Amino acid sequence: MSDRAEYRDSGRAGLVDERQFVDILEERRHSSDLGHALRTFNPHPYQGAAPCSAAELNKAVLEAQYLRYVTKEIAMETGSSVEEVRKEACGILEEMSQNLQLGFIRLMGYTLTKVFKRLFTSIFVNMEGLNMLQQAIQETPVILMPNHRSYVDFLIISYILFTYDIPVPVIAAGIPLAGMKMVGEILRRSGAFFIRRAIGSDKLYWAVLSEYVKAIVRKGYAPMEFYVEGLRSRTLKSLTPKLGMMHMVLEPYFKGEVFDITLVPISISYDRVLEESLLAHELLGVPKPKESTMGLLKASKVLQEDYGTMHVNFGRPLSVRQLCHGKINRCQYNLIPRSKSSLQICTDLWLAHLMVRIQEEGSLISPWSLMACLLLQAPITVLTEEGLLWQQLTEKTLWLRKLALDYGARLNWSAPDSDVMSSAVALHCSIVHRKAGRVYLVQEEELARKRPISLEEGVTRTAAAVLMLASYRNQLLHVFVRPALLATAIHITKSTQRNELFTFFCFLQDLFSYEFIFIPDKLSQDFEEACLLLKKCGAVHISQQEVTLSDMGLEALSFLQALLQPFIDSYQVMFRYLSEEGVNVFTEKQFLPAVRNLATKLILSGELHTYEALSSDTQKNVLSALRRLEAVTKLRASEQNEYKVNKAAVRRTGDILCKF
Amino acid sequence: MASNSSGGSSDRQRIAQQRLRIIAGHLQRPVDGDSAILAAECKAQGSKPDTSREEKTVPRRRQEIMKWNGWGYSDSRFLFNKKGQAEFTGKRYRLSGMIIPGLKDWFECTFGASLQHKTPATPLLNSSAVQPPTLNEAFVEELKSTGIPFSQDAEDRVFRAHGHCLHEIFALREGKFGRVPDMVVWPNCHNDVVKIVELASKHNVCLIPYGGGTSVSSALECPPEETRSIVSLDTSQMNRILWVDEKNLTAHVEAGIVGQDLERLLNESGYCTGHEPDSMEFSSLGGWVATRASGMKKNIYGNIEDLVVHIKMVTPQGVIEKSCQGPRMSTGPDIHHFIMGSEGTLGVVTEVTMKIRPMPEYQKYGSVVFPNFEQGVACLREVARQRCAPASIRLMDNEQFKFGHALKPQVSSIFTSFLDGLKKFYITKFKGFDPNRLCVATLLFEGDREKVLQHEKQVYDIAAKFGGLAAGEDNGQRGYMLTFVIAYLRDLGMDYYVIGESFETSVPWDRVLDICRNVKARIVRECKERGVQFPPLSTCRVTQTYDAGACVYFYFAFNYRGLSDPVHVYEQVEHAAREEILANGGSLSHHHGVGKLRKEWMRETVSNVGMGMLKSVKDYVDPNNIFGNRNLL
Repeated sequence: MSDRAEYRDSGRAGLVDERQFVDILEERRHSSDLGHALRTFNPHPYQGAAPCSAAELNKAVLEAQYLRYVTKEIAMETGSSVEEVRKEACGILEEMSQNLQLGFIRLMGYTLTKVFKRLFTSIFVNMEGLNMLQQAIQETPVILMPNHRSYVDFLIISYILFTYDIPVPVIAAGIPLAGMKMVGEILRRSGAFFIRRAIGSDKLYWAVLSEYVKAIVRKGYAPMEFYVEGLRSRTLKSLTPKLGMMHMVLEPYFKGEVFDITLVPISISYDRVLEESLLAHELLGVPKPKESTMGLLKASKVLQEDYGTMHVNFGRPLSVRQLCHGKINRCQYNLIPRSKSSLQICTDLWLAHLMVRIQEEGSLISPWSLMACLLLQAPITVLTEEGLLWQQLTEKTLWLRKLALDYGARLNWSAPDSDVMSSAVALHCSIVHRKAGRVYLVQEEELARKRPISLEEGVTRTAAAVLMLASYRNQLLHVFVRPALLATAIHITKSTQRNELFTFFCFLQDLFSYEFIFIPDKLSQDFEEACLLLKKCGAVHISQQEVTLSDMGLEALSFLQALLQPFIDSYQVMFRYLSEEGVNVFTEKQFLPAVRNLATKLILSGELHTYEALSSDTQKNVLSALRRLEAVTKLRASEQNEYKVNKAAVRRTGDILCKF
Repeated sequence: MASNSSGGSSDRQRIAQQRLRIIAGHLQRPVDGDSAILAAECKAQGSKPDTSREEKTVPRRRQEIMKWNGWGYSDSRFLFNKKGQAEFTGKRYRLSGMIIPGLKDWFECTFGASLQHKTPATPLLNSSAVQPPTLNEAFVEELKSTGIPFSQDAEDRVFRAHGHCLHEIFALREGKFGRVPDMVVWPNCHNDVVKIVELASKHNVCLIPYGGGTSVSSALECPPEETRSIVSLDTSQMNRILWVDEKNLTAHVEAGIVGQDLERLLNESGYCTGHEPDSMEFSSLGGWVATRASGMKKNIYGNIEDLVVHIKMVTPQGVIEKSCQGPRMSTGPDIHHFIMGSEGTLGVVTEVTMKIRPMPEYQKYGSVVFPNFEQGVACLREVARQRCAPASIRLMDNEQFKFGHALKPQVSSIFTSFLDGLKKFYITKFKGFDPNRLCVATLLFEGDREKVLQHEKQVYDIAAKFGGLAAGEDNGQRGYMLTFVIAYLRDLGMDYYVIGESFETSVPWDRVLDICRNVKARIVRECKERGVQFPPLSTCRVTQTYDAGACVYFYFAFNYRGLSDPVHVYEQVEHAAREEILANGGSLSHHHGVGKLRKEWMRETVSNVGMGMLKSVKDYVDPNNIFGNRNLL
């Protein structure tokens, strides 16, 4: 079907076999936490690589020829002395570097056991993946690539590896974490190293960072963990991968400094995410609280609630050598001395996307995600006022469960159907509540009590709940997105011609390239996959030239199309704003509230049915997509990220979305 | 002289006499053991101490002294005797007649091989399995009238149809012959070659020059698609030193002479060329020029391109040579560089003027043990930086160190074995070297005594900075001996399901460690993926140092039990290893050449324009592809 199929864990799609997963909290609940923290830790590292202290590592980085070369170059350019630049480099390194110490890993282990036991009923880890990882770590340098959906998962990998006697990783983290009192230092000693955001064109910083990362990979004494998505996803949807870090990590292989590198995609899935409400508000424009130790302590009230289970699924280790075989010509590096090369090979683009796709496929879909999906397709007044019939929801959920399984989703559904659905709703009492055979959306009550709320506030209030629902729906979008794009293409174009549908499918992929993850240059495979999946659920007949509708699969087809409708509607709102109401030149700071106002107005007037247009994530994605389509350009000279819009082009794009 | 080697009674008599002499030679080991040059002891002594014209090493009928389906002299081979001990037969080498007690264990442990599982070769060359010659009658007729000897005998033809690539020898051992030359000619001098090339051009016959037959690049293989009559032009009888110019220190030599004869003859008058490729017992001067050969002692004497002063080559367009012997010229691109490395595609090298040097007064072997390969490479790099490399310096990795160790002959006295034990104890226990990581560099110093000793100290001082410990002359000498017997060892392996080969590259200093690690690992991985049941021997050594890089040699061998097509597996792994070399910044070849084996990578190696340049030279010099071995391009 697609190239990707070979990287899939074969035959493991479907209902998740709980036997493969072991609840690591189970043992913690029966034995001493302290005993666990003080366990003998004696892992087998990469081919007997000598342990390397943080100081030794930093020394090696500072003495690396590449860094010396860049230092000299910068000194020449800026007119400062080599010594000054070197000092600066030292400073950067000091700010950045981890200081992994076993003692702190033990402390971390002790603390996390306490926290996890309180938050989660269980933390499931797949043993098979862990065994393969243990093997891989002895053979090549290993890069752990988890997704990032919650602050909770920051140290979970270290925790698991510590528990199973595997070398604990050094972890790339954002610099704000380093600023937290005490906690920053504890994280540093637990193996975190800190990277500034928006490095831009700071040549020295890039040089120090890349040498640091590469030195860790080359030495291989500890696996390296980083988030290929770059950030914690606010929407629980996979993010377009960031390439800088990916490139740094892979370069030692491309340059032949190591024989191979193993990438281990890790999918962390939650029944319920701690930050759900925080994230929804952030998306609605309420600023995220700055990372601080006080904030962390204040957040301790979230510790009182139940967050269900967490699944950590270690993917099959992937050899970079095999992945790049025949795709990347390493000879490109032959004519550049080792110490100077920083040649960019752009082909690692697909590799980063591939990793995110594997993370997606490895993630576990919770029953609640299925339900959220369906709840979002109900008219909003039904959810807020009349209530959705429980009976109707459960029937539809079971139908969707089957469709998801047909489409290869990994479903976490381990009890009798009715129990599963009831407990899912119970766990998410912050979003919905069930009363008298009906399900209602929960609206924030505290606000309501203080004073009567304005219409606009009412919209925001509902939006917060809807965005929370949407984020759980987002967890399973990857399962349906390809056939959904095709269903949409069929719906909009009303065509049966394969090539016409393919053209429109490509347009949609292009437009939504920041919304969903597609591996570049895999368009036709994605299209084929979409066709096959639609055929599988009986929605279409496929011939050489044609894709024709069948009566059997109307339900699936309309479900899939409705799945994308909020995105299409939101995009149209923004296209409308840009092509009609807005000014020619604007900044992002102006754009977001303006669009939010317009969307609120449209919702109130009943013209717009989705609250997702209010999400700043969607708004930013539209901007990126339009830049990609060159309908919006960033003004180079501008200090404040000003954009210039080509109204005609935006209108054209909008027209395509609703033409025919 | 008879026109055909199989006819004419005088010829037959001569051969009979020669045979008798050879047999006598084998029985009586020449007594020149006191020779000042120790290096000479490493390789086989010439079959006869007498060096008059007819007494050269290589007779027209090579089968009289050499194996038809293996390496080297018929009388010299490794075998496991009835007691299961390895021994080396014959009398030619230092190792000859000795028991090598450690070899069996090493062999069985390294390869998982067993003396119970034999894969013997077809013992005799079955002439009837050789396809009958396709002759160009007109060419044969005219050739006869020139009086140049030739032969259509199957054995003669089979001998010249191959080099020493694994697949070539493997096929011979199974008694399989592909396309072989249709006849063999033995020109006696430059003018004979001119006549042969003229006739070949006139009658459109394909010529394949043949020197020592030591090619490892499939260069001697007859292109299967060739429909014309193929004539192997064997230069072995053009083996005279025509003159020695003591004023300019040059010698003018016919290109068919083999290395050992050239050195021995020059030594008699107190000179040497110093060009000692590992194949020097059998490889010829013309072959060196045609493949851009490199010698072990190039640090003092230079590689072949540094050694030649003048070359005469016969091409279909006529003879190419320079008009003078100036030591350096600025006269456009050096035409010698069209000839060197042309691999028999443009013509036949007939005569070469070479630099010679007075024989060194003193030679000394040495060795240094390093705690690990990284340190060893760092030391070699420093030696190269200070430009103080001895005549030869080679660094073996740990596997090869162990291999060398396994080749230690039985020690006669308890004292030596006691000393060995002591040395081992000192290095591993006292100095804390890990026996599974340490590696050894072998050294050869040459020059006048005082300078050698001074030089030696300088090198050992550098080595000490990298944790190196002097490990004695004996280890060094044994390292060089390995070079000469390794090809014989391959034949032993092939008797017991083990096949292998070596290949080489050159690489900048900053990539030496990476290339060694990655290529070795690639070999291991590829073997595993292709179903090889036992881990292969995958080892390397750095054999030459240059200002800007080094020459690296890889040895690769594995036990092929359980594989249906071992040669194919071997070739796939070697192919993968070469890709790995190229991907790590290594060259396509340092001195083995391209032949047909590595042709597929030529374009990416020299660029499109480069290929065009080479092709246009070929098109001008040999428009009818008379020299049709199809090497290189």
